[in-house]
Amino acid sequence: MIFEGLAEKLQDTFDKLKGKGKLSEKDVKSALREVKLALLEADVNFKVVKNFISKVEERAVGKEVLDSLTPGQQVIKIVNEELTDLMGGAQSKVEYASDPPTVIMLTGLQGAGKTTTAGKLAKKFIKDGKDPLLVAADVYRPAAIKQLQVLGERLDQPVFSMGDKQDPVDITKAAISRAESNGNDVVILDTAGRLHIDEELMDELSQIKAAVVPDEILLVVDSMTGQDAVNVADKFDDTLGIDGVVLTKLDGDARGGAALSISSVTGKPIKFAGVGEKLEDLEPFHPDRMASRILGMGDVLSLIEKAEEEMDQKKAQELEEKLRKNEFTLEDFMDQLEQVRNMGSFKEILNMIPGVGNKIKDLDMDEGQLDKIEAIISSMTKEEKRDPEMIKGSRRRRIANGSGTEVQDVNRLLKQFKQTQKMMKQVGDMQKGGLGGKMGGGGNFPFFG
Amino acid sequence: MLKKIFGLGSDEEEEEKEQEEVEEEIEETQEEDDDDGKSLFGRLKEGLSKTRDGFVSQLESLFRSYDKINEELYEDLEEILIQADVGVQTTMKLVDDIKEKAREEKIKDPNKLINILQDDILEMLNQTEEDDEQPTILMVVGVNGAGKTTTIGKIAQRAKQDDKDVLLAAGDTFRAAAIEQLEAWANKVGTEVISHQEGADSAAVAYDAVQSAKSKETDLLIVDTAGRLHTQSNLMDELEKVKRVIEKESGPMKVEVLLVLDATTGQNAVSQAKLFDEAVDVDGIALTKLDGTAKGGVVIAIREELGIPIRLIGVGEDLEDLQDFEPESFVDALFDF
Repeated sequence: MIFEGLAEKLQDTFDKLKGKGKLSEKDVKSALREVKLALLEADVNFKVVKNFISKVEERAVGKEVLDSLTPGQQVIKIVNEELTDLMGGAQSKVEYASDPPTVIMLTGLQGAGKTTTAGKLAKKFIKDGKDPLLVAADVYRPAAIKQLQVLGERLDQPVFSMGDKQDPVDITKAAISRAESNGNDVVILDTAGRLHIDEELMDELSQIKAAVVPDEILLVVDSMTGQDAVNVADKFDDTLGIDGVVLTKLDGDARGGAALSISSVTGKPIKFAGVGEKLEDLEPFHPDRMASRILGMGDVLSLIEKAEEEMDQKKAQELEEKLRKNEFTLEDFMDQLEQVRNMGSFKEILNMIPGVGNKIKDLDMDEGQLDKIEAIISSMTKEEKRDPEMIKGSRRRRIANGSGTEVQDVNRLLKQFKQTQKMMKQVGDMQKGGLGGKMGGGGNFPFFG
Repeated sequence: MLKKIFGLGSDEEEEEKEQEEVEEEIEETQEEDDDDGKSLFGRLKEGLSKTRDGFVSQLESLFRSYDKINEELYEDLEEILIQADVGVQTTMKLVDDIKEKAREEKIKDPNKLINILQDDILEMLNQTEEDDEQPTILMVVGVNGAGKTTTIGKIAQRAKQDDKDVLLAAGDTFRAAAIEQLEAWANKVGTEVISHQEGADSAAVAYDAVQSAKSKETDLLIVDTAGRLHTQSNLMDELEKVKRVIEKESGPMKVEVLLVLDATTGQNAVSQAKLFDEAVDVDGIALTKLDGTAKGGVVIAIREELGIPIRLIGVGEDLEDLQDFEPESFVDALFDF
């Protein structure tokens, strides 16, 4: 697979950077060339890539980065931040209108997934306690109306249609009146797919916009779209002034460069991502995660979210505090161990950590090893857990006897812990800069090292 | 009227009506363009380059803007290729090859590079003739939204025009109203369609259709399948099963698989082609939606890496807008921006 190959190459390049105490401008430039190729293979638009790389380069060859203690990581951090930033930074939602109904208009090329998205959005709004009206404004594609009606039936939600003989502008106008008299607080307009260069049909969209004044005009884009994504998005945005983008078919193996190109060209946020065949399969879009995906860097945030589901929030905050102050102890280690084991298999978790994925392929994780670690830590006194430095020869023997292990096991654990502490500090430092407060459970990989 | 507006409660009669409307719709779209009797080549050019008026070929202007061959020129060339979705690897390969030939043949004039480039791409595309005299079962596969059903409608129409007996099989039993969409085309084109209800086993539909095609001695049976992402292994397994059933029952009929690919797709198309090929052995590609601004350059990489030839291109909504793939015109259009 081309993409995986590149992701690996990229990670290797970054690993090389990480290993270097000092970086030259040349090192950075050659790493950025790899980034450039990765972005292009991920279908990010050529011009966007060019701008992006020069922006990163400007920041990365600065004195602060090159002279910092961890220049490699600094470069990765910059790349990641800039990517996230390009995609609109924070997650962006659909706002409900203060004066209902909230009118949402879906537009896009043929086959992008508008009708399916209409059904998925309706499902989401129903979950939010809304009563959406689906509107069949695609009078061109054979059986498009029927498709929306079937989705409506599945959702047990009304579908407004006037057949395919009426003007879409009239249909949408009548639909709004219908929603008002019927008490629907959300209206979803499913318009026909059209080419961005089809003046006549683009004009029809402008007319619909003028007639019903939608609260949100969303452009639905196939995440597998190539270089052309910018032309499409630019034209739709120019004509209609879109409010956001829905990225579909993200459950495949597309690297999603289109996401980056579109946000960069239109400056509009990607609001949702279609991730499966079922009506539930529409998720809020996370620019930061997409950044990682495009670079093949793993998905730290999904890992953290998964951790958060399992973790006690208060404990997580305490832990974050400790990480920051570098006060991570064996007690915390133990706590973490239990929580992590609740999260699933070890390998599964490690796989989500950037840079780890392709290194643990051959690593045979012995889950029984974890029982041993637990036993060892349980045999320590409170003081020992808090200050492992105090555990010397005789204490080690005692702990080994108490836990039914060998002194070597205790030694190994203490050594691992020390490495972990070090890594924790690095992770903590990294978070302070870029990834923000979301890293509540940042300490979920304690025995990585 | 109200009942009609609120489409949910539609009874059978209304559905029939809708069906008729759908057919009229198709007819209308078709009629609109029946009168402009342009040659196939002309239509192709037109379809491929709607935005082109007033622009010279990007390649020509590139090569003209340099009076000697240098590294910058090659970089600009890379840019053009990548923007046509040719992909990084194939682009590098092409540019490296041109560099080498330019050196070997001591070429100084940038304009001469155009021919080398075009020849290189044509060589990569390496089209072979297909013979379609034997009765054929054509299984049409692809990701969601690629344009399978529409392409089937157009292929059926072409075959009918060639006086062939055509039968359609509504194998997309998953997507809402997919069967209706195919039936609408079938009625328009004047072919029969074998269908079960929504949610039925796609392989069973294929089985019935093959039996029917054999007993009627149909020239061409086209089997529609549900769009699926190539990474969904359970759905790909299902597709394999459909193909197995078809092959087992095909008897004297030849079985071919056509992958429908959306030209706006980027490098992911390689992955699509690869995984569909692994599952059902793809014989050819139909590249759709070439009437936009997308170039579809990724098919070069697909032909090169996987050896799958491009057979058909879709350059518009009308029935005539499905055409045989002509490498020369394709390469020309690739560089028209």
